[in-house]
Amino acid sequence: MEEVKLLGAWPSSYCYRVIWALKLKGVKYEYVEEDLSDKSDLLLKYNPIHKKIPVLVHGGNPISESTVILEYIDEVWPHNPLLHHDPYEKAMARFWTKFEEEKSPIFFSFFHAVGEKQEKATKEAKELLRIIEDDGLGGKKFFGGNEIGLADLAFGWLSAWLEAMEEAVGVKLLEADSFPRLHAWRKNFREVPVIKENLPVGKEMLEYFKRLREMFIASATS
Amino acid sequence: MADEVVLLDFWPSMFGMRVRIALAEKGIKYQYKEEDLRHKSELLLKMNPVHKQIPLLIHNGKPVCESLIIVQYIDEVWNHKSPLLPSDPYQRAHARFWADFVDRKVYGVGRKLWATKGEEQEAAKKEFLEIYKTLESELGEKPYFGGETFGFVDLSFVTFYSWFYVYENFGKFSMEAEFPQIVAWVKRCMQKESIANTLPDQKKIYEFVLELKKIFGLE
Repeated sequence: MEEVKLLGAWPSSYCYRVIWALKLKGVKYEYVEEDLSDKSDLLLKYNPIHKKIPVLVHGGNPISESTVILEYIDEVWPHNPLLHHDPYEKAMARFWTKFEEEKSPIFFSFFHAVGEKQEKATKEAKELLRIIEDDGLGGKKFFGGNEIGLADLAFGWLSAWLEAMEEAVGVKLLEADSFPRLHAWRKNFREVPVIKENLPVGKEMLEYFKRLREMFIASATS
Repeated sequence: MADEVVLLDFWPSMFGMRVRIALAEKGIKYQYKEEDLRHKSELLLKMNPVHKQIPLLIHNGKPVCESLIIVQYIDEVWNHKSPLLPSDPYQRAHARFWADFVDRKVYGVGRKLWATKGEEQEAAKKEFLEIYKTLESELGEKPYFGGETFGFVDLSFVTFYSWFYVYENFGKFSMEAEFPQIVAWVKRCMQKESIANTLPDQKKIYEFVLELKKIFGLE
């Protein structure tokens, strides 16, 4: 079997998506932690266009962009599929995965903005969560249906990262009363064994986000 | 049961053109509905409530949105001829990566080039040239981005050809002088009926942009 290597950086949720996919498929891999302030020659060689993590290297061949990596993993190791075999269901999963990608700047804004800009971002983020809950998840247990799929991994950051961000900012976005179905989804997602065993939680995460938040506040008010 | 295929689109959209080419490549019969983007139809709003955007494919009553997602859907449903993506997973990943690059970078910078003035436009021009240089480099000596045959990346990028005259005019440069490989590649692509019959005339797109600038006070 050809060697699989994952270049990542803690606690990137993009990286965790790939870890989850590899673990779901039982793929053995070597993890390489990158220092993003001092990118390795290996990273620059494997992803010269964007110079970002995650990068999956399979048998010496690099693949970049987390959603491209996820579809690659799903095609090479087809058991425990991330995508339904039905083309329409695939299109829906890809749609919501792309939606998450396009709208993530708003959540990032929620985290790094201050004052009025932060309030505006909070409002927009809640509107997005509404769409994600009503149109994306609907009445399903997971975005993928009865089992987690591509879109669940794409929204996976809502399962741990969001809480750390909310705590650091001091503003709650995903309130149980307002978003009961997303709340239930989060609980179910976290209970999937592969996710449960590979979720960055606790003090380290909170401190990481608190530090970042302090940096953003300092640069906004300087 | 015969397939019912409807495409909601807007003629100058390079995203819509991707879908039109894909449908033509596969020989799929469909009904084309032109949308007035300033007065969107009820059908569009009902079928794509999240983005309210074209292109939108409706296949037997079920809507599919986002041009590259639609193209992959078409490729998977009508898989009897003219494959749009390679079969090898690594090549597919490579194709998706570059199509994603086109999506993220090419539209935005082109728009900035014709919609802005002065310093902003100068910055857009610089960015435009860099992005196209990256694409020119990726194409290299290959006949197509996909290698020997026309593929997913080619499809995602070729539709911008109809906008080249706009970019050249507002950016004040020659695509052929700056990117000879890309221009040679485009001419090669235009030999395909599905592409030649789909892409609108560059001058028509230019006139459309002039109108748009007037309407939005971008002159």
